[in-house]
Amino acid sequence: MDLPVIWFAILAILWTGFFVLEGFDFGVGILHWFVGRNDTERRVAINSIGPFWDANEVWLVVAAAGTFAAFPGWYATMFSSLYLALVVILVALIFRGLAFEYRGKSENPRWRKVWSLGLVVSSVVIPLFLGIGLGDLLAGLPIGADQEYAGTFWNLFTPYGLLTGATFLSLCLLHGATFLGLKTTDLIRQRSHRLARIFGGTSLVLGLTWVISTYLIADGVSAIAIGFLTLLVLGVAAAATMTARERDGWAFAASAVAIGSVTGSLFASLYPNVMISSTDASNTLTIANTASGNYALTVMTIVAVIMFPLVLLYQGWNYYVFRQRVTTPPTEPSQAHDRGSRPEDEASALDPGSG
Amino acid sequence: MGNVDLARLQFGITAIYHFLFVPLTIGMAFLVAILQTKWHRSGNEDYRRLTKFFGRLLLINIAVGVVTGLIQEFQFGMNWSAYSRFVGDVFGAPLAMEGLAAFFLESTFLGLWLFGWGRLSRRVHLTCIWLVAVGAALSAMFIMAANSWMQNPVGYQTNASTGRPELNDIGAIFSNPVFVWAYAHVLLASAVTGAIMMLAVSAWQIRKRGDGAVFLRSAKTSLVVLFPAIVLSMAVGSELGVQEATYQPMKIAAAEAQWETCQPCSFSAFQIGGGNNDQDPTKIIEIPYLLSFLATNTLDGQVIGLNELQAQYEQEYGPGYYIPNVFIQYWSMRVMAYTASAVALLALVGLWLWRRGSLMQSTWFLRICTLAVATPYIMNTAGWLLTENGRQPWVVQGLMLTEDGVSTSVSSTEILISLGVFLSVFVVVATVWIVLIGRAARSKLPEDEPEGDGTPAEEPIPTLTY
Ligand code: HDD
Ligand code: HEM
Ligand code: HEM
Repeated sequence: MDLPVIWFAILAILWTGFFVLEGFDFGVGILHWFVGRNDTERRVAINSIGPFWDANEVWLVVAAAGTFAAFPGWYATMFSSLYLALVVILVALIFRGLAFEYRGKSENPRWRKVWSLGLVVSSVVIPLFLGIGLGDLLAGLPIGADQEYAGTFWNLFTPYGLLTGATFLSLCLLHGATFLGLKTTDLIRQRSHRLARIFGGTSLVLGLTWVISTYLIADGVSAIAIGFLTLLVLGVAAAATMTARERDGWAFAASAVAIGSVTGSLFASLYPNVMISSTDASNTLTIANTASGNYALTVMTIVAVIMFPLVLLYQGWNYYVFRQRVTTPPTEPSQAHDRGSRPEDEASALDPGSG
Repeated sequence: MGNVDLARLQFGITAIYHFLFVPLTIGMAFLVAILQTKWHRSGNEDYRRLTKFFGRLLLINIAVGVVTGLIQEFQFGMNWSAYSRFVGDVFGAPLAMEGLAAFFLESTFLGLWLFGWGRLSRRVHLTCIWLVAVGAALSAMFIMAANSWMQNPVGYQTNASTGRPELNDIGAIFSNPVFVWAYAHVLLASAVTGAIMMLAVSAWQIRKRGDGAVFLRSAKTSLVVLFPAIVLSMAVGSELGVQEATYQPMKIAAAEAQWETCQPCSFSAFQIGGGNNDQDPTKIIEIPYLLSFLATNTLDGQVIGLNELQAQYEQEYGPGYYIPNVFIQYWSMRVMAYTASAVALLALVGLWLWRRGSLMQSTWFLRICTLAVATPYIMNTAGWLLTENGRQPWVVQGLMLTEDGVSTSVSSTEILISLGVFLSVFVVVATVWIVLIGRAARSKLPEDEPEGDGTPAEEPIPTLTY
């Protein structure tokens, strides 16, 4: 296999890893507002992803930088064509990153509400818009002979792109719900189970529609893509079934397979193209016409082969260290009533600098 | 303003904004690691409390550093697609390595450190904060390698059919003399930034709060770091100037507003007027031989003037105007260097007061230390203006003009929208940052508390860290 193809596969893996990992923390970011009825419960939901979300987001950063390095032409066209969509995504990413760190930094209920709602909205916007962008790669955008984008912002909203965005969003919700089912206890866990069943339903409908559309839109879907498409449907179904049986670990694994399969089948259907031109097939960006030179790809392959296993190792360790369920502290709920009588430094006793 | 100017404005603003937070993260991460190491070694509870106190400042700052970095990562493709297409082969590699080698490390171990108090063994927990610091320093390494390549392109060959530079020697990218010196300079600048912040906060606490004795420890730690860091950053900075005089003579000539070739050359401390249309400003204080020394390390070295360089460049690259904005160059260099001298003096006075044992009583000194918190931001911004403005009109020295690098498919309306959006977001973020840092810096030290034995619990985690 030649290096550009290997790098296409690496990017597919990075995007898949991103959605499998950050997918559940997008879900939790949205659902924390609904599974938690008071501030403590919401904090429990947020803290279930506390040690993980930042490192999960790096998968996106590396996917973007990897595209830049391995396929400069693809990076250039994709990022300039998605211009305003990326502005939206960036603002959402900024808000979301700050929401985690800053929400707990003040006792003021209004402050917490603003960051919480920001967390909800940004966690909706990012997977939705990323989904639209990724769907567009396959649906086709107006690309000229100079490899530059020739459309406007509104051209980005292709029906297939929108469907892909909605599918990602629904799967993130399912994935977040199964994660919360796995990582929390009591009431929050029960509410998550209920939500997992609901989003299992929406995901099944959207997933099936997406499978059929993908099959229609990508002429000549490969065997690999069909494999992924099947896995998607099976994953969603299994996630719903396992939730019903309270098999939290299996339900989470199944939703991970489902969301990973969407990314996998997208890239498998795209191959060997990277960005389809809707104006003229000869303008389509391909692996061959956007790749970097052999030397650069060799160097990066060596770096990736050394670094990637290390990254997986310590990220895996991170998940192992924080494998237990998160609960409300035994003292916390009773204190919720007499907030006024709390000692001044109570809040800081709970937060990172001092807790 | 055309697309190019708007895109430049956006890049300049977002990059400078990112770099307001980055050096504090790098510097503070090492300082917090040092404090925690002291606690680990001595078992003195004061250090544990200080670790948590400054750890909180670090976290508030990292959050902004990370999210503003995302803009950087995306905007090469968004605003500079022609540039990205052209240089991706060489320039992309260090960026991708940065993600794989540095960002994963930093973010994963930050999570482990933050949530690991009392659940990881102390030794492992200490290792986590050191790995965060190493990750931050590594990310600066890769990004500086990429940036230095734009100042002095090496390790590539031009592909005959596409005309694009292609990487052919990765070793050259990391042994680029501009990179070696600039990276050292940035690391030292980060140490200076972190140390000044720690000193400023400690000084305020000593003056206003009851925990003076504890904060005296962090004040001393920061002085021990600050003094060597500032002296070395000045030394390395002036060597960086010599390197740039070799590879980007235009940049240094502009920084000295030196229009005519001279030998030996005197250094002007101040000037009135000056700029690209005023070749004969009023120079206030001239120090003989100093410019020759700064630019060449010898007392009678030759510095080629802007006019001669312009003529040379026209011969080499065709007609055009190759002189950067002289006003920005001249003043950014001086602002950086003069502020640095003042900070060095401050550190010296601090060490002297410490020796006399009157650090805690010298209210005037403590007050100045708190005000000094602004200096690293001034120096860092000036430094980057000097670096990036001095490269103009090139985006990659000698290979691509800035005006050729901009995205052709993006309209100026779109850039205006994004510029407006980012500016508004930045104002909000800066306000929140100032409020939170200010509050954290003035908060009381965390109380003494019994530490768990550090063995991971098997029951569910009652965590409410966030
Ligand atoms: C606390 C921060 C700080 C301090 C005390 C100094 N600098 Fe600096 N300087 C920076 C922070 C900085 C920086 C922001 O980190 C830059 C921008 C790009 C770079 O590599 O470092 C920089 C760049 C920079 C450059 C341009 C490099 C290039 O074009 O690639 C020169 C010539 C100097 N510095 C020289 C000095 C001198 C002569 C100093 C003192 C006498 C000095 N710096 C102190
Ligand atoms: C790897 C790191 C960096 C790269 C690749 C880079 C690249 C660029 C590019 C592409 C531009 C736009 C074209 C131009 O006007 O020159 C630019 C401009 C600029 N960058 Fe950088 N930059 C980097 C780091 C930084 C940092 C960290 C700062 C400041 C904190 C900075 C400050 C600026 C400024 C002020 C401009 C505007 C220059 C002008 O308008 O004359 N850069 N840089
Ligand atoms: C202009 C080019 C730059 C790009 C593309 C860039 C990219 C990024 C990105 C994507 C992040 C977030 C990583 C995460 O998600 O964890 C980040 C953070 C960071 N960047 Fe930059 N960056 C640039 C300039 C710089 C420079 C010049 C330095 C240092 C000299 C630097 C040092 C750091 C550090 C230490 C962090 C860690 C987060 C923090 O600041 O707290 N970056 N950068």
